Amino acid sequence: MEIYKADVVIVGGGGAGLRAAIAVAESDPSLKIALVSKVYPMRSHTVAAEGGAAGVKRPDDSFDYHFHDTVGGGDWLCEQDVVEYFVKQAPVELTQLEHWGCPWSRTADGHVNVRPFGGMKIQRTWFAADKSGFHILHTLFQTSIKYPSIKRFDEYFVVDLLEDDGRCQGVVAIEMATGEFTMIEGKSVILATGGAGRVFRESTLGGIVTGDGMALAFRHGVALRDMEFVQYHPTCMPITGLLFTEACRGEGGYLVNKDGYRYLQDYGLGPLQDKPKNKYMELGPRDRLSQAFWYEQQKGRTIEHPVMGSVVHLDLRHLGEAYLRERLPLIYEMAETFMGIDPAKEPIPVRAGVHYTMGGVCVAGNCESSLPGLFAIGECASVGIHGANRLGSNSLTELLVFGKVAGDEAVKKAKTLPPGNSASLLKQAQAAEQRVMALKTKTGGTERVATIRKEMVKSMEDGCGIFRMEDTMQANCDKLAELRERFKNINLDDKTSVWNTDWLSAIELDYQLDVAQAMAHSAINRTESRGAHQRLDGPDGAYKVRDDVNFLKHSDAFYVPGSAPRITYGDVKITKSPPEARVYGAAGEKADQERKASHV
Amino acid sequence: MVPLVKRQTRKGKHPMSEQKIIEIEVLRYKPESDQAPHSEVYKVPFTDDMSVLQGVQYIKDNFDGSLTFRWSCRMAICGSCGMMINGIPKLSCESFLRDYYPNRITVEALANFPIEKDLVVDLSGFIEKLEAIQPYIIPKEPRTLEQGEYIQTPEQFSQYIQFTSCINCTLCYAACPQVGLNPDFIGPAAMALLHRYNMDSRDGGQAQRMELVASEEGVYNCSAVGYCSEVCPKHVDPGNAVNVNKINAAKDYFLRFLSPKGGAQ
Repeated sequence: MEIYKADVVIVGGGGAGLRAAIAVAESDPSLKIALVSKVYPMRSHTVAAEGGAAGVKRPDDSFDYHFHDTVGGGDWLCEQDVVEYFVKQAPVELTQLEHWGCPWSRTADGHVNVRPFGGMKIQRTWFAADKSGFHILHTLFQTSIKYPSIKRFDEYFVVDLLEDDGRCQGVVAIEMATGEFTMIEGKSVILATGGAGRVFRESTLGGIVTGDGMALAFRHGVALRDMEFVQYHPTCMPITGLLFTEACRGEGGYLVNKDGYRYLQDYGLGPLQDKPKNKYMELGPRDRLSQAFWYEQQKGRTIEHPVMGSVVHLDLRHLGEAYLRERLPLIYEMAETFMGIDPAKEPIPVRAGVHYTMGGVCVAGNCESSLPGLFAIGECASVGIHGANRLGSNSLTELLVFGKVAGDEAVKKAKTLPPGNSASLLKQAQAAEQRVMALKTKTGGTERVATIRKEMVKSMEDGCGIFRMEDTMQANCDKLAELRERFKNINLDDKTSVWNTDWLSAIELDYQLDVAQAMAHSAINRTESRGAHQRLDGPDGAYKVRDDVNFLKHSDAFYVPGSAPRITYGDVKITKSPPEARVYGAAGEKADQERKASHV
Repeated sequence: MVPLVKRQTRKGKHPMSEQKIIEIEVLRYKPESDQAPHSEVYKVPFTDDMSVLQGVQYIKDNFDGSLTFRWSCRMAICGSCGMMINGIPKLSCESFLRDYYPNRITVEALANFPIEKDLVVDLSGFIEKLEAIQPYIIPKEPRTLEQGEYIQTPEQFSQYIQFTSCINCTLCYAACPQVGLNPDFIGPAAMALLHRYNMDSRDGGQAQRMELVASEEGVYNCSAVGYCSEVCPKHVDPGNAVNVNKINAAKDYFLRFLSPKGGAQ
């Protein structure tokens, strides 16, 4: 086995991983950084983020507004001390990215421009047309090239974490081009592996978004927190699930049903507005908009398409071609290429689709997990800023703010901790190699990776949808248990070493099944409705509403080998915003005024 | 192109059942057992919304799990899924089977790169070229975070923004006849990225980068065929970037006789 000794190991080369790597490199150029990724960094799914990154920019905005938008948007399940830190650091990090060359869109006088996004009181989304994630990722990747201390392990696939002396001290990975194993030691390991949305069928996500880091930490006893909260984005392309950014609505797009009616006014988001108004109508939060879509479908007011199923229309026509080409060029091209639609002339059929995992590896505000030396950042982590529903454009900023935090923490570890016990680590790495090799070489199985995956994503869609019921959630839990069993009987078509993606897909599927179980069991155990977790059941419909008495709590899912995860509950940190009714539109404005008056 | 929304349902017949079969001929190569690449033909059922990538995925999921290719985002932004489709470098996620039917379609690894397995090519050379051009801001006037953002007028912004759109899909390398002849040629995408930083008003690194532009691996390899710009899925026009730099390099060469600092500012 190849061995590489680093000071800091980072798993994942997307926005968070790259930001962490740069933080370490800038802080101490003598530290060796191993940046390990199963794809070349610029392929990471940060690339597909469209709308932008939130950070206070305008004089009429404030950290306090950003804080309240985030905490209220998260239905009071956010760690408020962490959110306070986050909103203050946000503009610093976004400015840093500007200095590194990110082509943020500008105002006529040359300053960075901001656009409105859902659930925001004042517009604060920094954007680079509608390719914000693409530009952030490429800016970070290209900037990282400046630092010789960052050694990349491109197209290396991590299969296990290494623990010794009670702390995480490295990883073992497959070099995809050869199928050979490498042990990479470090005084800390930072997981930055992204979300897990591909456990669902119709999602906005790339094929690589398989929850690898979540499963790795989970199997090492670290809790996966708040996994029942899965964000459905209200405007996705039917069938493929590809994303039409919230910026479509931020720039003034309408959502209409089959009667051409802007139905959001019926769901506590009105009254109707002609121009985009913050926190009204189309600028409501994602969970509420996806739920409204579901209700329209139930009422028979969606458009029923023979191929696409139930859809509503995203109408951008009134914005005009020139404006759309400037502000939403990618959306324009996607509508043309994938749907044969000119959005300046026709409305775009859309439906809600899975977009984001609010939960993840449970970490403290310094990004460290319960396993010392193991950090998690970005979508794979639950640092506590998203609560039960993430506010659009907070996640790109999160990559930067907490990438920096984890990088700085890793530097401290590297400077204070003694070198690890290489012999003990190697022994573990070899055991991991044997286990993973057995999956490849074993014969006689009858199950295909693709079949189990197909059944898993269908089951998750049925059991962990926009609205949830006891019986369908139980059916999902049962199905996942069955698939876990059947996975043992898997057979690979490819038994070779070089670029064996059949094998890697099987390892990913193994990760996905673990993460799916954490989601399914966290969901069925939460007998209330909050944010993205909405139930329709309970005695006299008791679970349809938020229950702060019993469930103003984080859920923690713990791995139990060979069985369903164990679910426990932990406190939520409240600093300055006690839970209140979560209201938008005119009701939200009224509540704001009342809060203001009571503070005077 | 058949718009997804305009497809009509025939009476009593679900459109999804209107599956057609297309033949996909894939160039296969397993380095551990094959002496040379060879073709295999698969009959793939498809609907009009399916991309070539989905066709290849269908083969992997249903016929042969050993078929190997890169892919991720499915929306032409991650740059992973470039292939030669009927001999033309394209992103397979935004090429559609319906546009080739009823003819057989051939799918091969990108030209001008060594094949690692099936449709996966060795990109390490390309990555080294990207790294070589110093693709980061070398500040003209360093600024602290407390000083806030750099001001960039619409005019300054327009100078470089087009060249930021490259997704590193390497279709232009598969298209470039000169990359085929001289694998060390820095090539269209890397040169476009170099130009992107040179043209950015925040950057002062042009002189540093000029050495590479004018070197043996630099712009003079280009024979101005322009096929790179033709195949670019993001309209970056790398051919333009290369040719502007030919002029810059020539200018720099002559100005060197007049000024000790050279021509680049």
